[in-house]
Amino acid sequence: MKVEINGEKRELPAAAEATLAEVLAVLEIEARGVAIACNDRVVRRSEYARHRIAEGDRIEIVRAVAGG
Amino acid sequence: MQNFEDSPLRIGAYEFHSRLIVGTGKYPSMDAMQAAHAASGAEMVTVAIRRVNLGEKGGSLLDYIDRSKMTILPNTAGCFNAREAVATAQLARELLETDLIKLEVIGDTQTLHPDTRETLLAAEQLVADGFTVLPYIGDDPVACVQLEALGCAAVMPLAAPIGSGLGICNPYTIRIIKERAGVPVIVDAGVGTASDAAVAMELGVDALLMNTGIAAAQNPVAMAEAMALATRAGRLAFLSGRMEKRLYANASSPMQGLIGAPSA
Repeated sequence: MKVEINGEKRELPAAAEATLAEVLAVLEIEARGVAIACNDRVVRRSEYARHRIAEGDRIEIVRAVAGG
Repeated sequence: MQNFEDSPLRIGAYEFHSRLIVGTGKYPSMDAMQAAHAASGAEMVTVAIRRVNLGEKGGSLLDYIDRSKMTILPNTAGCFNAREAVATAQLARELLETDLIKLEVIGDTQTLHPDTRETLLAAEQLVADGFTVLPYIGDDPVACVQLEALGCAAVMPLAAPIGSGLGICNPYTIRIIKERAGVPVIVDAGVGTASDAAVAMELGVDALLMNTGIAAAQNPVAMAEAMALATRAGRLAFLSGRMEKRLYANASSPMQGLIGAPSA
């Protein structure tokens, strides 16, 4: 399944019911410390295990960094 | 040494006793940042929001901020239009579990001056979405009053370009903004050393936000303490009501009873 994560095209294992939680697991990213938007909508942390990913989804995963 | 009890700084539903807000950027090390934060006495600290680097491992900046002592103020730095700023703010709210947002919409990459129109557009949307909005804006009294009318919890005019350390370039406009705004006025950007902090606070502004002025000092920890003292000194001087300036001298010692003078 082709998706776009942080502007990069990615091929994810073709699981029938891939969720955001599984995407994080594949990328080895801890849910704590990030926030995610799917197709320009923020997905609440509590929804990661339920939120299904579809072909062509645009996923933004962000974190806090140093700044003023 | 804190004899005079100042009123707290109120921003929306939040209350602070320190009038100095600090950043997390440009520090030589995380240790230096933590020590400087402690020395500054600040109760609010800014962070930026960026994409995770896929495949990169590393600690989180948040591991170096004591959230029991510091309120986090995420920013929308790096955004060039209202759409990006609103999206960044919404992600920041989910990430940090806060409704506070430092709204920053840049209009020019060299001066980092804000795009006023996009800032106003974003402010309106963020206020409607329930955010406590603190917009970075030019030292423009009209824009500040408009941002307040949109429901922003504070206005944050620049005193000089971000990271320039040029000090308070136009004290007149900062004073006018303070006269006109009903919400707290926070000078954001331009403070380069302690005297700049004192000058800004003596103008009557409510607080200062600074990053580079502390982080880029040779000794950020000492400068953080200097900024804390200057912020408080400037605040106290403002509240005290300074003496009037005079063109000519006015002796402090009595002119009567001088030796060698003929007795009256």
